[in-house]
Amino acid sequence: MSLPLAALIGVLFAAGTYLMMHRTLTRIILGFGVLGNGVNLLIVSTGSRAGAPPIIGAEDGMFADPVPQALVLTGIVIGFALQAFLLALAWRNWTLDGNDEVEDDISDRRLADRYAVSKEDAAEEAASEAERQARR
Amino acid sequence: MLILVASHFLLAAVLFAVGARLPRQGVIGLALVAPVVALGWCATQVPSVLDGAEPSSRLSWVGGLDVAFSFRLDGFALLMALVVTGIGTLVLAYSAGYFGPEVPRARLARFAGGFVAFAGSMLGLVLADDVWTLFIFWEATTITSFVLIGLDDDQAAARAAARQALLVTGAGGLALLGGLAILANAAGTTALLDLGAANDARVVVQVGLVLVLVGALTKSAQVPFQFWLPGAMAAPTPVSAFLHSATMVKAGVILIGRLAPQFAEVSWWRPTLVTVGGLTMVVGGVNALRQHDAKRLLAHGTVSQLGLLVVLFGVGYPEATAAGVALLVAHALFKATLFLVVGIVDHATGTRDIRKLRGLRTQMPWMAAVAAVATASMVGLPPLLGFVTKEAALDALVEEHTTWATVALLVVVAGSILTTAYSARLWFGVFGGQPERSTDPASVSHPTGPTMTAPVGILTVLTIAGGLGAGPLGDRLGVASESLDMAAESHLALWAGVHLSLFLSIGIVTLGAVLYLALERSTIVIPASPLSGEGAFLRSYEGLQVGARRVTGVIQNGSLPAYVAVIFSVVVAGVAAAALRGAEVGPAGLVGGQPLQGAVAFLAATMAVAMIATRRRFVAVLMLGSIGYAMAVIFLIQGAPDLALTQVLVETTVLVVFLLVLRHLPEGYSAPPEWAPRALRLAIAVAVGVGVAGFAMAAGTARTDRPVADEITRLTEPEGGGHNVVNVILVDFRGIDTLGEITVLAIAAAGVANLVRAARRDLDDDDDPLGDPADRAPGAGPPSGRVTIGARSVVFGQVTRAAFPVILLVSLYIALRGHNAPGGGFAGGLIAGIAFVMRFLSGGSPRLRRDRPLPTSGLIGAGLLLAVGSGLASLAAGAEFLDAEIAHLEVPLVGEVELVSATLFDLGVYALVLGVVLSVLTHLGAEASRPPRWFRQQADEPTSPGAPTGAEHRLGHETASLSAPEPGRGGPR
Repeated sequence: MSLPLAALIGVLFAAGTYLMMHRTLTRIILGFGVLGNGVNLLIVSTGSRAGAPPIIGAEDGMFADPVPQALVLTGIVIGFALQAFLLALAWRNWTLDGNDEVEDDISDRRLADRYAVSKEDAAEEAASEAERQARR
Repeated sequence: MLILVASHFLLAAVLFAVGARLPRQGVIGLALVAPVVALGWCATQVPSVLDGAEPSSRLSWVGGLDVAFSFRLDGFALLMALVVTGIGTLVLAYSAGYFGPEVPRARLARFAGGFVAFAGSMLGLVLADDVWTLFIFWEATTITSFVLIGLDDDQAAARAAARQALLVTGAGGLALLGGLAILANAAGTTALLDLGAANDARVVVQVGLVLVLVGALTKSAQVPFQFWLPGAMAAPTPVSAFLHSATMVKAGVILIGRLAPQFAEVSWWRPTLVTVGGLTMVVGGVNALRQHDAKRLLAHGTVSQLGLLVVLFGVGYPEATAAGVALLVAHALFKATLFLVVGIVDHATGTRDIRKLRGLRTQMPWMAAVAAVATASMVGLPPLLGFVTKEAALDALVEEHTTWATVALLVVVAGSILTTAYSARLWFGVFGGQPERSTDPASVSHPTGPTMTAPVGILTVLTIAGGLGAGPLGDRLGVASESLDMAAESHLALWAGVHLSLFLSIGIVTLGAVLYLALERSTIVIPASPLSGEGAFLRSYEGLQVGARRVTGVIQNGSLPAYVAVIFSVVVAGVAAAALRGAEVGPAGLVGGQPLQGAVAFLAATMAVAMIATRRRFVAVLMLGSIGYAMAVIFLIQGAPDLALTQVLVETTVLVVFLLVLRHLPEGYSAPPEWAPRALRLAIAVAVGVGVAGFAMAAGTARTDRPVADEITRLTEPEGGGHNVVNVILVDFRGIDTLGEITVLAIAAAGVANLVRAARRDLDDDDDPLGDPADRAPGAGPPSGRVTIGARSVVFGQVTRAAFPVILLVSLYIALRGHNAPGGGFAGGLIAGIAFVMRFLSGGSPRLRRDRPLPTSGLIGAGLLLAVGSGLASLAAGAEFLDAEIAHLEVPLVGEVELVSATLFDLGVYALVLGVVLSVLTHLGAEASRPPRWFRQQADEPTSPGAPTGAEHRLGHETASLSAPEPGRGGPR
């Protein structure tokens, strides 16, 4: 593993993560893309030694490991399909709902609201606790 | 034995399934088959076991882990099996009368099924000869008792009691599991009776022993876990009589009895068990004196008696063990009797409150007599079995002259005084005295059928017979106690002469009577025992729920980006944990790499930073594309020309698809409120980046085995018939994998097509699907037809026209040569796709549709068929699925041609990838920008001059281009 590659992998992962933590769908898709690049590079570079292209009889010298290459090759193409799918989602969101954002999961939101401890509740609780202490 | 136990569960399943459809008596009758058959079988085994036989059976379950169902019928197991099946039979018969027509049939079926399943579990538990077998049936009793306690599931109290019992005994079961695992590991065997091999001073063994005891003590309702047992009295009386007096609560005692002879010499064993058992005995007795509900009184009395049993088995002296075995039987008999009698009284009068019941002996003389016998046995009056066994117990403790034996003796005496007092309170409360006139006296309003009285009678006869036949019974019980402890000879005698224990018994009964009378005359209110874990249990239960809600409220807040952040944080934590454990980054791991590689990496990293910094979509997409091309260069340097080729092609296609969609979207991002401040999000992102980079460096040097690549490379030519190792892997060695992946591609394409088509349908059908335009972002909504691609460039158009067939040919060439040189189906398909992209860009969508109808689904389908077909072909040729076959053909003029079946597969991939690209292009390009029908109609109407499309569309020219913005529409700039 060469240092520049490791650093690049880190940057790609960081950028991908950052983008995916947004609400804007376009950014999330971009995040998928850049993170995918990071993953492909990670697999190719950690899983294999660099070397000559693994084509028998073409070049002399030590081959690069072909196994991660085969894995990543299909990964790249599937990354394309994934991004196309996400873009279709984004287009649909935009034309039908008029926005380009990932909305909160409504049932989760409802659950969180039901059990969220509001400030009044907390104050009430603290007051009754103090009362109990005083009675003792 | 295996069949016997298994058939219980089979029958239970049948009862659960069809019980509700059977007639009432039929359900109980069917359920009775199990305990009756089991009882019969046990009875047939008695002679041989008395002669010293120990039949066993074993069924391996997880062979490699040495987990098995292992049963052994020694004396003690047989005795317990007789108790379980005998009392089970009687109680089940009783329940036929107990459950009247007011009980729904579904509930009756649930009772019968649960009862039989419980009986089977208990049978398995007492027969178990292996720690895992024991544990499984132990937990099975917990679960079945949950079903039975909560039988009246429409009552909140019953549900709460069932839950409490399940949680307390279930937690104990977990402790037991841990303890058994430790002990079995230390002993090197899972045989229950050989666990003693683990008996040494190691801390881990001590911990294991403590855990096992926690499990046993929770099950047998010892202080401070005793609270669940009176709670479980919410169950119907037959359940209480069987589970909570005669059988299940004995499980802990049984386990202690099995282990005590092996572990009693552990320094803390005796003090602990004598203290816990003694406290339980006293606490249970005192609590029983407070109760007004006869059933709860009995429940606390049971707790007290279980304490006595724990003391007797826990001290681990042979004589005490023998007495414990006898007392176990005596207790099962008299306590079952008393529960059943209370059930009959409850059934007949409608109450169990001893403040209302007084003086019932005149109305129910037989029940009064039966209860008197059972109560007397509980107190320990001659000539009953209770007397004989309690004498034996006192005797055993008197004769051991050790400190803890003396302590145990004192505790047993104190507890027995309390037992006498609450026994008197029970009998006189229900049957004795005069009916009180002041309050509403209870009277018998229901007749009691023989199915209810007969079992009580049989139990009573056994109690008397056991007392009268103490000598012969003792000899037989001796076989049972000796299977626990070889030295534990049983000496039962109705008249053993004048002993200290006789005086003790007289003293106990006298003092108990005095205590009862004193309490009856006084108005002292006995305080509840402080030694209960109930408060702690309830507090922690509540706390757990509140805590869980709060945690859920914070974590599951509905924001999907926040969930993503959590997932990534866990990833980082995992990497960090590995790093802290000292992952090595060898010196070989940090090489500088080539200068070109460093430069390209730097470039790509810069663009990644620019990509997240920009707020303009198009800039970000161009950055993404640039990073992709940089990746291709890096792959090339790394020695992966196939990857580089594919990457360039994919990146180009992605770029086009991105632009096709983004032309509908506004130029800049909206700024929705985010779930966390930017600094936190950046911090998580940076942590992920650093973590993964560190992981990459560590992983690069972590290889311990020879790469499989060497073997694969060696086989590439002879087996795969090609020179390009990567391609041979894809189409041959890992062909099925590739087949799966192209299927994913096909599915993704179908997903894109359907998303777009469904949205189009909505747009076309609805007049104005968005409602108020003010609600949506500027520019959002259906495509207007203005924003299109395809500035008509004559040069581009002509070049494309000329190049199109050439590119298609090249793509086929690339696909076909892939077996021996960089290329292959993926690359070829993408190149062909790009040829169509060029046509689309030069002519626009109408032209694309007009010139060449695109059978995208057909291409995708044909590709899949071809791929599968080539696999089947090699199958037909006698090889494995997708295993490449090589054929050499002599073609005239050309010479020898090598045909590899994998080439067909690769052509399938080619067709499919082309189909996927075309499908995405058609849907996201052409379909997505076609304005909806209503929109076009609006535009055609002369009365709406403000309609936005109009002219350009009707001209048939899609003139707007990527660089032609629509002012105020937020279009691309």
